[in-house]
Amino acid sequence: MAAERGDDVLVRVENVVKYFPVKAGGFIRHTVGHVHAVDDVSLVIEQGKTLGLVGETGSGKSTLARCVAGLIPVTKGKVIFNGTEITKLSRSAMRPLRREVQMIFQDPYSSLNPRRRVGAIIGDPFAIHKIATGAERKRKVQELMERVGLNPEHFNRFPAEFSGGQRQRIGVARALALRPKLIICDEPVSALDVSIQAQILNLLKDLQAEYGLSYLFIAHDLEVVRHVSNKVAVMYLGRVGESAPAEDLYDKPRHPYTVALLSAAPAADPDTAAARQRIILVGDVPSPIDPPAGCRFHPRCPKAQEICARVEPALVRDPGKEPEGESATDVPGGWAHVTACHFPVVPGENLATAGAAVPASITASPAKSPAKSAVNSAAKEELS
Amino acid sequence: MSILEEAGFDAQQAADNLESARSVQGRTQLQLTWRRLRNDPVSMIALAVIILMVIAAIAAPAVAALTHHAVDTAYPDTGEDASGNPVGPGVAGFLLGTDSTGRDLLVRVLYGARISLFVGVVSTLIAIVLGVSIGLIAGYFGGIIDTILARFTDAVLAFPFILLAIALATVFGPSLTLIMVLITFFSWAGIARIVRGQALSLKEKEYIEAARSLGAGPFRIMFIDILPNLLAPVLVVGTLLIPAAIVFESTLSFLGLGIQAPTPSWGNMLSDASNFYQVAWWYVVFPALFLLITTLAFNLLGDGIRDAMDPRTERLIAARRLRRRGKRKARAVTVQAQQPGK
Repeated sequence: MAAERGDDVLVRVENVVKYFPVKAGGFIRHTVGHVHAVDDVSLVIEQGKTLGLVGETGSGKSTLARCVAGLIPVTKGKVIFNGTEITKLSRSAMRPLRREVQMIFQDPYSSLNPRRRVGAIIGDPFAIHKIATGAERKRKVQELMERVGLNPEHFNRFPAEFSGGQRQRIGVARALALRPKLIICDEPVSALDVSIQAQILNLLKDLQAEYGLSYLFIAHDLEVVRHVSNKVAVMYLGRVGESAPAEDLYDKPRHPYTVALLSAAPAADPDTAAARQRIILVGDVPSPIDPPAGCRFHPRCPKAQEICARVEPALVRDPGKEPEGESATDVPGGWAHVTACHFPVVPGENLATAGAAVPASITASPAKSPAKSAVNSAAKEELS
Repeated sequence: MSILEEAGFDAQQAADNLESARSVQGRTQLQLTWRRLRNDPVSMIALAVIILMVIAAIAAPAVAALTHHAVDTAYPDTGEDASGNPVGPGVAGFLLGTDSTGRDLLVRVLYGARISLFVGVVSTLIAIVLGVSIGLIAGYFGGIIDTILARFTDAVLAFPFILLAIALATVFGPSLTLIMVLITFFSWAGIARIVRGQALSLKEKEYIEAARSLGAGPFRIMFIDILPNLLAPVLVVGTLLIPAAIVFESTLSFLGLGIQAPTPSWGNMLSDASNFYQVAWWYVVFPALFLLITTLAFNLLGDGIRDAMDPRTERLIAARRLRRRGKRKARAVTVQAQQPGK
């Protein structure tokens, strides 16, 4: 298969690290720590495919997306788009690449300028890249509006005159204007009604089939990700814990965090919902300023052992055995099912009852001083 | 079905079509503001007063020609009584009376309006351009640029206005240019501070990130994406700065640091009049009245614009409109009921 050799890879994220400095002090501000938003993440996004990125709030999904889009500089590592490393390009050198990577944002209310007409918003890409002017731009804008299911006559209206779903269509039209290769969808449907979500998801799928788009699709709704993604990567505290082709991940999750996440997703069928056992994780997500040593999930993991607090597990195919040589497939987003866990879950294992077995010495998180928790809240603001 | 009803139905349809064609074009914030402002009688009266004042100022030479009284000419024969005091309103063709040297007060007050309005509007416009640019740059770029510009703004706001004015007028000699430079220098900082604050919060919005991801440069983002969102506060503060500038000018002229005699200005007329208020009340009252009416009108209009820019006012107006429409419809129904179908 071509993907096996890495030929069809559009984006290659190599060991990307993004730290945000945490500043304190009134008059003279100084850095007191760093938020480890994204910590050594590698990914591949294949041409014409969708990579889903899931994880709870604060796991670094959006930060990673902005690094890939070139909106924020990375602290370390590389983002290689179509053979070009974009992480070190200047703003002007980045300009032609902006046409290739576009974003769809989470909040359809704040991602459209309320004071500008829809025609001007969708026409912005043409104006900025000096592609079309006057009547030609208007024609192109109206074509785009029609393509995403908006009434082209409404190009003179303001965003406030549209519903949430229609606004998200405007966002899609804007992202589509320059015919990009990659569209980064940062939770594009989480602010919408369920019935509208399906419409937008189907629109995105149709557009992918029509234009051969690749998506980096971020969501915390697992069913949504399953619906659109070919591959899924699960993030926890700035790291990728598990990655696999979508069906593989949903059928045979191996990382305890993935298992817990899946068990938390609501089931539509009441019988299934009643029969299912939820895995309730203990405690909160640890601070990204001071992430736990070893496996980042160990303070909350029902299967954690002493080694988990010491040794950080590597992302490996079929964990427990030696990896059989490096290849693109072992990178998250590839075809292999990779997991970073010392004691992966085996099918049929019941994690809900394993919780009691956790030794207290491991679950105990490092003592927090009041000053540190103040820093934490400041860091959370910075992240949001 | 009656012909009347059929005709009525068609007319309704046509009206609906027209309505929907119009609604395709979204209304801009200015259009919405104007619609709300129109329904506010106080703002409309204030606006009318301002327009009248502008017309009067423009027409000042015409008034001078009509009354045959030049602005700087004294008329000792007709404009002063036997003991050399000013004559009152209506005496010998002087509609508002004369001043201490027998000049026509009406003509001088209108010429004073030219100075006041010119200084008020022009220095405010320059202050807006300066304040918006500096505020946008400071707020959008942030970092060291922001620190320098914001501290400079604070320093300007902390300056004692009158002291600096007296010092500069002594050094350079009083002039119209100096007044306008002074007023502009002390007005832009307030606008810059408001704009900077707004820019700081607006630049975090997702649509700014969207513009950046499209490859828009900083100046495009500042002036095309951020500036339209600042229209409301800038318009309100701008309207309220005009009367402040007019009062500044009058204050300086009153102190003898502004417009110099014989050029009339409301400030230097008042200063002159302070020696004559016991014998000629009109000499004090009319320049003061013009100053008061003008600044009051601008202030009321500014308040009206602020209310009209507030989206919460919209609901009030919509309710009023609905009531009116309901009444009209009820009337139409009665008319139709009175004409039975054939």
